Amino acid sequence: MNLRLLPHPILTPVLAVIWLLLVNSLSPGQILLGLLLGWAIPVFTLRFWPEQVRIHKPLTLMRFFAVVMYDILIANLAVAALILAGPKHVKPAFVRMPLDLRTDLGISLLANTVSLTPGTVSAWLSPDRSHLVVHGLKVKDPDALIAEIKRRYEAPIKEVFEPC
Amino acid sequence: MLEITLSVLIVVGALFTFIGSLGLARLGDFYTRLHGPTKATTLGVGALLIASVLYFSTRDEGLSLHEILVTLFLFITAPVSAHLLAKAALHLRVPSIAPPPAEAEDPLADTRARAGD
Repeated sequence: MNLRLLPHPILTPVLAVIWLLLVNSLSPGQILLGLLLGWAIPVFTLRFWPEQVRIHKPLTLMRFFAVVMYDILIANLAVAALILAGPKHVKPAFVRMPLDLRTDLGISLLANTVSLTPGTVSAWLSPDRSHLVVHGLKVKDPDALIAEIKRRYEAPIKEVFEPC
Repeated sequence: MLEITLSVLIVVGALFTFIGSLGLARLGDFYTRLHGPTKATTLGVGALLIASVLYFSTRDEGLSLHEILVTLFLFITAPVSAHLLAKAALHLRVPSIAPPPAEAEDPLADTRARAGD
């Protein structure tokens, strides 16, 4: 893959699709313009994206997205029920979670996922990137929460973006 | 049939958005309040956007898929802003029900780590 001409092979089609959605049209001219933008923007912002993104197991990625979508749905219902039940039923806690992920992309994906799913918001990343502090809305067992996040989200992200 | 589906989606969306805002008013401290806007509203906005896709796709000519972008950007920006708000609150030592981790309250942790490199 020629790094200078096409630095981010994944970003290009993604930007093209975003462009087509923005203009809400599928005419050949717009597709061409979208591809042009998808090619030009990564080239001109090359320094902004130091990491090469490679997707290793697309199927795992798809399954991960499905799991996250399902969890977002459940998270909404659970948090809504908690809010309606009143502040007395809330049992918040900060949980310090050790990270297996090492890349910027992996950690930001995990932090975003954690914030979108059941009763948790990522609150703080240790400067050496070894721990993520997560705030849980209703935490019964911190260790179980960590194990759950690791199994459901961190493992697939690691498999897709950081295989060793 | 379409109108019933649309109305149900809009009412459900409004309901969840309302519950999210209710959480903002009802919950105990800054950190628990943060959960309302990041979650209960995603489903609310999601339902409203599906209703919008259905309405405009059947009314005008052709599909209307702008709304996918709104969802995408919401899913990217909501967690990031929540994370930054939480981080800022930790640095400012905003009162919290749960005991906050001591290391996260050190406003100079990042600077010190960078200087140590």
